[in-house]
Parts: sequence; structure tokens; C-alpha cells
Amino acid sequence: MYRIIKKVILNNDVTMMEIHAPFVSRRCEPGQFIILRVDENGERIPLTITDYNREKETVTIIFQKVGLTTKKLGLKSENDYIQDFAGPLGNPAPINIKNKRVLGIGGGVGIAPLYPQIKKLKEAGCITDVILGGKTGEHIILKNNFSEISDNIYFATDDGSLGEKGFVTDILKKTELSYDLVIAIGPLIMMKSVTDITKKYNIKTNVSLNPIMIDGTGMCGGCRVTVGGKTKFACVDGPDFDGFEVDFKECMERQTVYDEKHICFMGAK
Amino acid sequence: MNDLRKKVQIKELISAERNKNFEEVVIGYSEEEAVSESQRCLNCKNPMCVKGCPVNVPIPDFIEKIKERKFNEAYKIIKTENFLPAVCGRVCPQEKQCEGNCIRNKTGDSVSIGKLERFVSDYYSVNEENTAEKNNKKIAVIGSGPAGITCAGELAVKGYEVTVFEALHIPGGVLSYGIPEFRLPKKIVENEIDKIKNLGVKIITNVIIGKSMTIDDLLYDGYDSVFIGSGAGLPRIMGIPGENLKEIYYANEFLTRVNLMKAYKKDSETPIKIGKTVTVIGGGNVAVDSARTAKRLGAEKVFIVYRREEIPAREEEIIHAREEGIEFILLTSPVKFIGENGFVKAVEMVKTKLLESEKSGKKDFCEIEGSNYLFETDTVIIAAGQTSNPIISSVTPGLKIYGNGKIFADSETNQTSIKKVYAGGDAVTGAATVISAMEAGKKAALAIDKYFKNEPETV
Repeated sequence: MYRIIKKVILNNDVTMMEIHAPFVSRRCEPGQFIILRVDENGERIPLTITDYNREKETVTIIFQKVGLTTKKLGLKSENDYIQDFAGPLGNPAPINIKNKRVLGIGGGVGIAPLYPQIKKLKEAGCITDVILGGKTGEHIILKNNFSEISDNIYFATDDGSLGEKGFVTDILKKTELSYDLVIAIGPLIMMKSVTDITKKYNIKTNVSLNPIMIDGTGMCGGCRVTVGGKTKFACVDGPDFDGFEVDFKECMERQTVYDEKHICFMGAK
Repeated sequence: MNDLRKKVQIKELISAERNKNFEEVVIGYSEEEAVSESQRCLNCKNPMCVKGCPVNVPIPDFIEKIKERKFNEAYKIIKTENFLPAVCGRVCPQEKQCEGNCIRNKTGDSVSIGKLERFVSDYYSVNEENTAEKNNKKIAVIGSGPAGITCAGELAVKGYEVTVFEALHIPGGVLSYGIPEFRLPKKIVENEIDKIKNLGVKIITNVIIGKSMTIDDLLYDGYDSVFIGSGAGLPRIMGIPGENLKEIYYANEFLTRVNLMKAYKKDSETPIKIGKTVTVIGGGNVAVDSARTAKRLGAEKVFIVYRREEIPAREEEIIHAREEGIEFILLTSPVKFIGENGFVKAVEMVKTKLLESEKSGKKDFCEIEGSNYLFETDTVIIAAGQTSNPIISSVTPGLKIYGNGKIFADSETNQTSIKKVYAGGDAVTGAATVISAMEAGKKAALAIDKYFKNEPETV
């Protein structure tokens, strides 16, 4: 069992938790994820690591309450326990300090996994700009954390309540597009739209995929994605991939396998 | 007098009913049936059955005890050589091992050794204590499947302090996530693992060696030796068009959802989705398990498509599958998956024929040109084997690998290219049987023990 050390409600949909998990905190790196089960009959869901503290042996996760598991997790309080918390899984994000100018683009809850990557790049001396997008200003999480590690920070919201009204790509188009690296993490459609633009300017773009998974160790093959025409497993080959190579259409298809089922399940509650 | 050429028939659930539930198919011998079957054993002076057993269970000795109705003693005899008898009695391919060698096989049925092993294991309920004197040596075992559990048990009874690291949330490896409930009830697996824990073995779940910690970390943390029993790993990608369509599962995912995550139970939060017609590709135990599971989940038609003629799965399970209404399409291979709205809807098949390969003598096969046809299906389960998991080998410098990532281990000692690090089971051989993994775990344990016994005293 894994104790919830701290719980912070970031907005109506999104919660942050710091979990005591010594076997995860010992070696985890930005870009890696964990798999948790809230309780005994629970499903296994992957969540990207937002932050970690090796001394305190803790790992921070941020999740959006969208499905049954994340809703149940949201009901847990500080000092409650989570049944299972396994990791770190996946490969650390390919952080290359030769990339002098980096643009991070985070959409919705994807802002959370973007944070440790930008933080590490900033610590390595890179120039880091970020574009953060969400439904409203309130949906843009970690604003203060990002302002500490970003040279320039831009916001895009659906309702215009913070920054520009529109999508992160609207802001992206207005930047100089002279970055050495773009890291885009968010909904698949956002990552696809970002790469559609950056491809034209040939700016290397990494994306982080979060498909349906079970074990997270390569065993089940459920998280397979086509990257560069080859089948890859997001859990052992990723989760970060070259955005130009990812078959987003297939990813979006595969993400919907259980949609119907989940709607039925939640409707019955 | 019964005809001694015939074995005592085992009771099983009725096929038309059992293919709708997940209860164990084989009911097992009663005491009377077990004693009666035991009397068929000729107690050969040179028992060929033992030679057929990868872990050398003294088969005639334990069967003699059944004849005397000393069932607990029979169990203890098995346990001297086999740490998972309740599992082996259920899943070993006895027809190719002990029973295949039985002298009675020549003129009739072999003695039902597996069923007798199962009987005494299920009968025995004593909590064993570990009386071995502690030798203050710490061993880390990676993976709690058949290889790891056997290695851990063998070392624990020799006085070692053993910690097993398991990546999943439940121990047992393939016994928990792979083999279905109706063939190997999870209660039985739990019991076997509890017995290992009772010996003082510590099992830590949710730790992925190679990610949470490396092998170097384990040695640095004070483990004197490490055994890698991490299993086969990744499903083999067939590499044919359409493989990533929805409702095409690799058997690992399908079986894991059902067995480990209990998707077949109403209160499980992990779903599984299958259609009316399910097509399973492959012919091994995993394929047959997948097909029988799909039937139980409500599929109306279930087909097993295999490119060769002889299904390599365990004989008893092939019979059970046929009884349960699984249809076999042999000498056929998929070449393409065809989808509609992102979901698979048909498989393009091609017929194959066998060739007598000159090199190996093993029958190879080739596709028959122009024999392609469309086969409609709602769900596909691919059980076409496994490839190596790179998680450990990619972060362990000096660990020699061979043949696409399998871990090299000495065939006698199971030692890897790193001193004090041993490996066995599917991680070394590629996908194989439970019992061969157990054999490797046992050999490694004996080699580890020998190493420390011969080790010069260090200051």
C-alpha cells in the first residue's frame, strides 16, 4: 500500500497527489510513468510522473477525473492509501542539452508531464519557452511552477479567460518557429496539430503518448502504436516518440476501443 | 477386477455447461479413485517416468505411498523435488514427459501420474515450517513465475534469505496472468505461493527490476546473488497488414485482462470486448487457452487457425477445447487483417502445406499460391509466440544476450555472463513450459548453493 502524503486540488477536474513510493522515486526520471490501482478490484492505469523527491521517497502525479479510476482516486484524502503504485515505467524523455532553444507545448492535463522535462532542460541551461492551453484559465495548471522555469510563457484558452482565445497552435504559428526542439504533450489531436506545423519548419518535435495499457512492461502489447511505419510499444519503446513519425490517426482510433463500455459503465452509476 | 490397462477415468464438468463458466474443468480424483489408479503403477525398478520428469520427482515412490493411503507422505516425497506440485499436476504436458515414458503406455493407458500428483497436492493442507538453519546469505529473485518461485523455494529450504521482486501487483507470473482459471484456479496458485512465503521467502510486488532498481543496485544493496526469472515478455508481432486494428488482441493482453484483471467478473473494473466470432491465431497452449476463454466470455463461434497440422498444445486441453465447441482450421495462415470503421472484420487467409525440411527433419510449411480466401470475424487473438523483454538486458552492462535478446545462461549451472547472477525460464529459452522454467529455477538454486558452499571464507 502506498500512502498519499499530500493532495492538492488544482481545479474542478484536476488533482495533484504526492505519493510515498520508495521503489519508484529511487530511479525515476522525467518522461517516465507509473501504473496504479486504486483498490483491490481496480483497473491498472498509467500516469506520467510530474515530479519526484528522492530524499522524501515521494513521487507526484497529476490526474484529471475522467474515468471511474481517476474519479475514485480523486475521492482519496491525504494519509489514505493506494493499493498499487508500480514504476517507474517507460524510458526517460530524451533530454539533450544541445538543444539550446526549446519550446514546450502543454494541453490540458498534458501540462503536468511537460513540467519535469522543461524543468530539467532549464536546469541544463536551455532557453525554455512554453505555450499552455486549456478550456479556461482555471484549467491551466502549474502556471506558477512554469513561470519559474520558463523564459517566455504563453496561454491559450477556449474562452479567452487567460491569454489568447484559441488553441495552442494559434500561438505556435505566431512564434518565430526557430526552436531547436519542440516538446508537445496533450490530447492526441493537439499533438498532431502541433507536428503538422513544426514539420513544415523542420523543427524536431517530441510527443508523449499515453495509450491504453495494462502491465506497462511490454508484455500485453495493448499500447502498440505505429511509429515510422513500425509497430512500437508505448510502454517499453516510449512513451516519448518523434512526433513526425507517429501515426496519430491510428492512435486516435485505438484510444476509442472501450469508449462505449465506459459510457455504459459510468451511466449506470 | 478392473482392466488394469485402462486408467481410472477422471471426472470433468460437462462440456456444454462448463464452456459458459470459469470453473475448473477437471474435478480431480477422489481418495478411492486415486488409490485405485495408484495400484496400476508397476513400481518399475528402472522408472522411465522419472527420467521423463524435468525436475526428477521420484514418481513410483510417491505413488507407493498413495497405495498405502499415506497421502501426506506422498506429498512430502513430491515436494523434495518439486515446489509447485498442485500446478504441475494440472498444467504439465504429462503425455510428453512422465506419462509418455510410462511402461503401461505400451499396452494401454499410462498411469495418470499428473492426476495423482494433483490429488495429493490438493489433499495436503499442513503448513510447512522451514527448519533450515539461516546461512546469512541474501538472494534476490527477479520474477515470481514458475522459475523464480522454484528458485526461491529451493534456496529458502537451504537457509538463504530470499526476496522476490515482482513487476505486477500479484505474484505468480504466467500462473496468475496467463493460464486461465478453468485450467489452473487462482486459489491453487495463491496456496502454492503462500507455502513459499511460509518458508520465509519475501515477495515484493510492483517492483520492476531494470526500472525501479537495476541488478547492480541489488548487488550494491547487499544481495549476494541474483536470479533472473523475468519471463518471455513481448508478444511477437506478426508484421502483417492491419495488425493494429481494434479488437485484434495479442493473447497476452486478452488473457491478462481476463485472468489477472478478472474481466470476466461483474465487479471487475477492467473491461474486455469480444464479438460473436473470435479467431485465434496459433496452436500452442496460449492459443487454446485464449480460444476456450473467448468461448466462456460468450463468443458464439471460436476458431483456432494454425499453419501446421499438429497442434503443439497439451493433449488434454485440445480434447477439452474440441468438446467445448472450438473449431480447428489447420494448415492455414493469416496474411492480412481487413477492417471496417477501425475494427477488424475479416482475415485474409492462405492455405499452407507441409514440406519435409532436409536440414532439421522437422516438417516445415509453405503457403499455397492462389489459395487465399476471406474469413469473416469480429475479434482476432494473436497467439504467435513471444520475443524477449529488453527491460533488464538494456540496463545491465556485461549481461550477455543471444538470439534477439534472450539472456545467455550456462546450460548446467544457469549462470549468466555475470558472476553471481543466474537466469532461467522463458527469459533464457524463449516461451516454453512451466515445468522447464521450474527445472531452470531449481538448477540455478543448486548452482548458487554450490557456489556459496565452495566459496572460500572471506573476511
